[in-house]
Amino acid sequence: MVANLLISASIVGGLGLLFGLGLSVASKVFEVKVDEKVTKIREILPGANCGACGQTGCDAFAECLVEGKCDISGCPVAGDELVEELGEILGIEAGSTVAKTARVMCSGTYDNCKQKFDYSGVEDCVAAANLYGGPPACTYGCVGLGNCVRACPFDAIVMVDGLARIIESKCKSCEKCVVACPKNIIEMVPKCNEYTVTCKSLDKGAVVRKNCSVGCIGCRKCSKVCPVDAISFEGTLAKINPDICTNCGECMKACPVNSIKRHKCELV
Amino acid sequence: MREIIIIVLSAVLVENFVLTQFLGVCPFIGVSKRINTALGMGGAVIFVMTFASAITKLVFDYLLEPNSLEYLNIIAFILVIASLVQFVEIVLKRFVPPLYKALGIYLPLITTNCAVLGMALMGIEREYSLGATVLFGLGAGLGFTLALVLFAGVREKLEENDIPESLKGFSISLIAAALVSVAFFGFQGLF
Repeated sequence: MVANLLISASIVGGLGLLFGLGLSVASKVFEVKVDEKVTKIREILPGANCGACGQTGCDAFAECLVEGKCDISGCPVAGDELVEELGEILGIEAGSTVAKTARVMCSGTYDNCKQKFDYSGVEDCVAAANLYGGPPACTYGCVGLGNCVRACPFDAIVMVDGLARIIESKCKSCEKCVVACPKNIIEMVPKCNEYTVTCKSLDKGAVVRKNCSVGCIGCRKCSKVCPVDAISFEGTLAKINPDICTNCGECMKACPVNSIKRHKCELV
Repeated sequence: MREIIIIVLSAVLVENFVLTQFLGVCPFIGVSKRINTALGMGGAVIFVMTFASAITKLVFDYLLEPNSLEYLNIIAFILVIASLVQFVEIVLKRFVPPLYKALGIYLPLITTNCAVLGMALMGIEREYSLGATVLFGLGAGLGFTLALVLFAGVREKLEENDIPESLKGFSISLIAAALVSVAFFGFQGLF
């Protein structure tokens, strides 16, 4: 009985030992050298695997960087410091990157924007938007069912009164929400451009006024007060050029419908 | 000579492991999207099956049977197969990294590919000689590769076809797999 046990255990154990030894020899003989730069870079990358760099994940991005096929500023999640560190490891001078954030170009909360109907279908902006352009009276406005909230890997978006709000200190500018929004009202802007026209409606002023109390009506008061001429118009919709804007805030004071909003810049 | 041909051909066609015995269906569906990866997977399985058949036969004849430990065959065979698969993985990673990446999880999964274990157990059950067992293993591997490559060809064609919405993706693949299998039953009674 005991002998039987011993024999069977030693046969299976011996086989295992033999194969194990063979494999460890094989793994030494056929060793694949992983570039230590790849491991180093992988360690300092954010590790969210969001894919915003265009690669399948942080591992692939690290490899791509070492191969020299990717740009070190390719990771939108990485801040200036991280890009500098990457540059040090790779021996490349880091170009400065402007911290960006996603911003919702709409102010149509339930209070501000009229609703065409009560929507009780699937909790999905695309589905709702396909139904007569969605519940909000304004066809350009936020549908408010939170596709962007679900797309955000960093919990930086919340729904308040039927309008998506981006917590800019949490935004890592991966642009997932930009893609997720069926109305294309989320845009990437430099984090420190504090003033934006939070409206995307191209409707005529009167129509905008009827649908929404905070929509841009194209009155051009803002462009008149702007000291640096940073505001241009697309039809009746104002747009602030971030390259020229000096954050003086005059336009916000001049706007009669409170369509221009300030988002305080907090660089992390 | 006649016997050799019969063993190999029947393992490839008549008793095709995937299409008539339904063993190893997971990689059959998983890695048959492209002919190239199907060939790579087939190569890996041929290697593992051929060597596994020889080694398991030796292990059974010289270690298990003399000590009347036949009941340990599954555990011992899995040990052999797992080590061989690991070896193939190391070699592929070193020499053919693109194939290694393309096969992905299905490469280590050859370990639990029931076609390999089934081949080893069947060889023992039929009391083949060592040479015949190796031929049987080779034939089984070839049959697996044949099934995989044939089906990959079918799937590549399928992609260009206008398939009804409700059948797109896996459904149509499974239907196609069934038809390929039916075709293989035509070899029944060849020998």
